Amino acid sequence: MSTTGANGVVFQTRGLTKVYDMGEVQVHALRGVDIDLYGGELLVLLGPSGSGKSTLLNILGGLDTASAGQVIYRGRELTTASDSELTEYRRHHVGFVFQFYNLIPSLTARENVAAVTEIARSAMAPADALTLVGLSERVDHFPAQLSGGEQQRVAIARAIAKQPSVLLCDEPTGALDSTTGIVVLEVLERINRDLGTTTALITHNADIAAMADRVVRLADGRIVDVHRNVEKKPARELRW
Amino acid sequence: MRALDQKLLRDLMRLRGVVLAIALVLVGGISTFIMSLSTYDSLVLTQAKYYRDHRFAQVFVSLKRAPESLQRRFLDIRGVDKVETRVVAAVNLDIPGFADPVSGQLVSVPDRGEPLFNALYLRRGRMVDPARDDEVVISESFANAHQFRLGDALSVTVNGRRKAVTIVGIVLSPEYIYEIQPGAVFPDYQRFGILWMARAPLAAAYDMEGAFNDVALSLTADANHDDVIDRLDEFLRPYGGRGAYGRQDQLSHKFLAEEFGQLETMATVFPVIFLGVAAFLLNVVIGRLINTEREQIAILKAFGYRNGEIGWHYTKFSLMIVAIGLAGGVVVGIFLGKGMSAVYQDFYRFPFLEYELKMSVVVNAALVAVAAGLAGTLTSVARAVQLPPAEGMRPETPTEFRATLVERAGLQRWFAQPTRMIMRHIERRPLRALLTVLGIASACGVIMVSNFQEDAIHHMIDVQYGMSSREDLSVSFVGPTSARALQSLKGVAGVAHVEGFRSVPVRLHFEHRSFRTALQGVESDGELHRILDKDLRRIKLPAAGVVMTDYLAKILGMKAGDWVTVEVLEDSQPVLRATGFARPKTFQFADVLAGSQPALRLPLVATTKQYLGVSAYLRRNVLNRLLEEGDVINGAYISTDSRYQSKVYSRLKDMPRVSGTVIREAAIAQFNQTMEQTILFFTMVTASLGAVIAFGVVYNSARIALSERGRELASLRVLGFTVGEIAYILLGELALLTLMALPIGFMFGRALCAYLVSQFESDLYRIPLILEPDAYSFATMVILTSAIISGYLVWRRLRCLDLIAVLKMRE
Ligand SMILES: Nc1ncnc2c1ncn2[C@@H]1O[C@H](COP(=O)(O)OP(=O)(O)OP(=O)(O)O)[C@@H](O)[C@H]1O
Ligand SMILES: [Mg+2]
Repeated sequence: MSTTGANGVVFQTRGLTKVYDMGEVQVHALRGVDIDLYGGELLVLLGPSGSGKSTLLNILGGLDTASAGQVIYRGRELTTASDSELTEYRRHHVGFVFQFYNLIPSLTARENVAAVTEIARSAMAPADALTLVGLSERVDHFPAQLSGGEQQRVAIARAIAKQPSVLLCDEPTGALDSTTGIVVLEVLERINRDLGTTTALITHNADIAAMADRVVRLADGRIVDVHRNVEKKPARELRW
Repeated sequence: MRALDQKLLRDLMRLRGVVLAIALVLVGGISTFIMSLSTYDSLVLTQAKYYRDHRFAQVFVSLKRAPESLQRRFLDIRGVDKVETRVVAAVNLDIPGFADPVSGQLVSVPDRGEPLFNALYLRRGRMVDPARDDEVVISESFANAHQFRLGDALSVTVNGRRKAVTIVGIVLSPEYIYEIQPGAVFPDYQRFGILWMARAPLAAAYDMEGAFNDVALSLTADANHDDVIDRLDEFLRPYGGRGAYGRQDQLSHKFLAEEFGQLETMATVFPVIFLGVAAFLLNVVIGRLINTEREQIAILKAFGYRNGEIGWHYTKFSLMIVAIGLAGGVVVGIFLGKGMSAVYQDFYRFPFLEYELKMSVVVNAALVAVAAGLAGTLTSVARAVQLPPAEGMRPETPTEFRATLVERAGLQRWFAQPTRMIMRHIERRPLRALLTVLGIASACGVIMVSNFQEDAIHHMIDVQYGMSSREDLSVSFVGPTSARALQSLKGVAGVAHVEGFRSVPVRLHFEHRSFRTALQGVESDGELHRILDKDLRRIKLPAAGVVMTDYLAKILGMKAGDWVTVEVLEDSQPVLRATGFARPKTFQFADVLAGSQPALRLPLVATTKQYLGVSAYLRRNVLNRLLEEGDVINGAYISTDSRYQSKVYSRLKDMPRVSGTVIREAAIAQFNQTMEQTILFFTMVTASLGAVIAFGVVYNSARIALSERGRELASLRVLGFTVGEIAYILLGELALLTLMALPIGFMFGRALCAYLVSQFESDLYRIPLILEPDAYSFATMVILTSAIISGYLVWRRLRCLDLIAVLKMRE
């Protein structure tokens, strides 16, 4: 169910470390990250390329596992979870949005959403989710028949249709022009506000940070700055 | 429908070319499987029903003559259930308008009531009237060969007396499903026929009144077959019994059994090849599909799809293809099975055919197909399942290329850049290249089998008739005759050369094995009938012992130097029956000749290569001495001056003691004709199946290559390469693999033929492993044609390669 009103800690990471072992070289993607995410909050992750943003998000979403440290999701340890426990976790709690939309090309917008709602516990109807992102007219179109922004909105509909408690977005506007990007951000903003979905959003675009509750900056696998916006700027008013 | 199933269907549609190509190979495998097994089951069922309905006897024995009163005493033999006596006469026939000598067998039917055994199936007309002595019914094959109609007249020479008879009916008999003249190797329906006549008139004509010379029996349920045969032989010895035998030695039954066994072999060999190739194709295609869908798999996993669900999704993809192949295979298999059963029904003249497709055959086909499908899919699916979700989102790391062997050897300056690309690709995926080569090679092998039979049979005939049995015709006499008869044969105008022979039915024993055949006494340096060694060189018959067909020696488990015990099965001869078959300690051939041995034992001196039939040879004068008879023959090989052939025939017909004539050329022609029908069907089916495999493999490889390298090729097009040049890169690789596959295919085909040859070995014939150049060239032609067609289909796709779409696509 949604986490409206629940302002407790959703994620808690302590000393989170990720090392990719590449044989001769070891890549330290995360070097001890301590961060808490609160229910219903919209968090923006900023940082230069290679700073470990995606790695952090993937670990939070149960796509990847940490090399050391702890991730606690609502009191449950993700770091020690088995592969199938992580699958169940993703299935019922997490929604993802990726930079390249990653829709299934052979399925229509509705079917792309249905592919996820079919396996969820308390999902909304795919058409409703598409209406939420303003695509009620395009439900039967295939990804190839949609613009990039529309595809990304389908991807958002797909991520939110199962009413996840967290929504993790890795550069959702990275492939879009600013106007389209803003439309997509508006959707995310509304979902976060109306459904109370805890949202973490990676971006390279510092301007987007203005719409966040909190902004976290990463550099070289470490958190270098956490900043709380006193006043959130509506996505509609963003410009870049 | 679930969204993923929707995706499945769309993927299948999108990849329909590939899907169909694989399904086609599966259809090939399943349909041969169903065709062979359903034909086998149908024939076995038909045969069983025919045997049951028409009361095919279980044991047969012929003898010289016994009084009818003996009949009741058969029932005292333990194990005998019912018995029926008959009169069977070897006859010569005179057919108006047909010059060649025709011989036949005249069999009695009971005067009253239905026969107890071997009931006839009346095709046309009516049965004979026992009150009339001039009516016969004849076998359908014989009737068809001469286009006889009811009411046609024939003249039959029984016991040297000519008799005019009328055909009143045309029949089929379970006893003569396969109708062949004793001593002949092939059926010749024109020159040998079976006729039935009422018992009383036949007995009168054959001096068998109140007597019989043939018996058919059935056994009680608890009878021991071999014991009954021994008791029967004992019982009939005083009456000139020729040795009782069961169904497995009954010629017609035996031939059927051989033929059915071959079908069973076919039902396994070909499907195994097809399904193996199909499994490989599925492996490649599913592997490729999973590669292109890495991102989608990762996404599904990111959203919480379980490994099992994803694995099942891709497994379903291959199962759908299997299902299509299975459905098509069952339909085509039934169609071919019915066709093939009809060919056989016609060939064997079954009165009816019960086509049966057992549910278990379909279920087995399905199981085997699914197993092949899974075998082909599981490794790729396992790979998909193991893909970590985060990993799938990143594009696949560029494959490592390295300088090829050729380049490392410093030969690259001989090859243009595109050629180097071809070689690098082959070296990059050596396993797949190898499997592709093997797939094409197996197609090549299958096609070679289709052609092999014909070559082999031609060779068989060349050896049998060109080198060994060189006589133009052979005659047999009604009984042992003085060799002086040869003089009268020689005297016939047109006869160039005559060689007498003495043939005696025997049962040969060695250790615990035995075999019924004829012991042939021939001239040691016979010109007409030659004995060949394994290299097909002529050998002279040795004076001291027998020479056997290599296959007979193998059946008996004998090698040169072993002594075979001979049980003579001819009436009027003292039956030399061995009591114990243990080999005597000191045993000299001289003792045998001196008659001081209790049983007739002969040393095996050498074996002879023979493709047709099995026999044992010794010098005629030796055989005469062993049988304690004078200079006696019971048949002769004759060569004629072709200009006088018909004159010779008509003279032979008038010779009262001549009971049967086999004309070589006619036999060959007849054989070719019968074989052609069955082989043509077989060749067509096999060759097209081979073509299907070749097409499936080449087309799939080309499509997969296109999907993997579309981007690369499109980029080359953008850089200014022509369609022809990029086609060269893509198709050149396949052409190279196809060419590499041919020699391997030749070897595989040869091995496959060798396997079939070993499986098809029987005492009726052994097919030699002969592959003429045309078998190779035919296979090459079919493979290249399939390759060119699939190449053309891919080339058409290359021509309309959408450059922009391909380049925009994110790999
Ligand atoms: N599978 C992997 N194997 C090896 N190294 C990896 C792997 N994934 C990420 N890395 C490395 O880890 C570091 C952090 O990568 P990450 O993808 O988290 O960066 P990012 O902040 O998301 O960068 P970007 O903004 O470019 O997406 C980088 O140096 C990257 O090269
Ligand atoms: Mg990233």
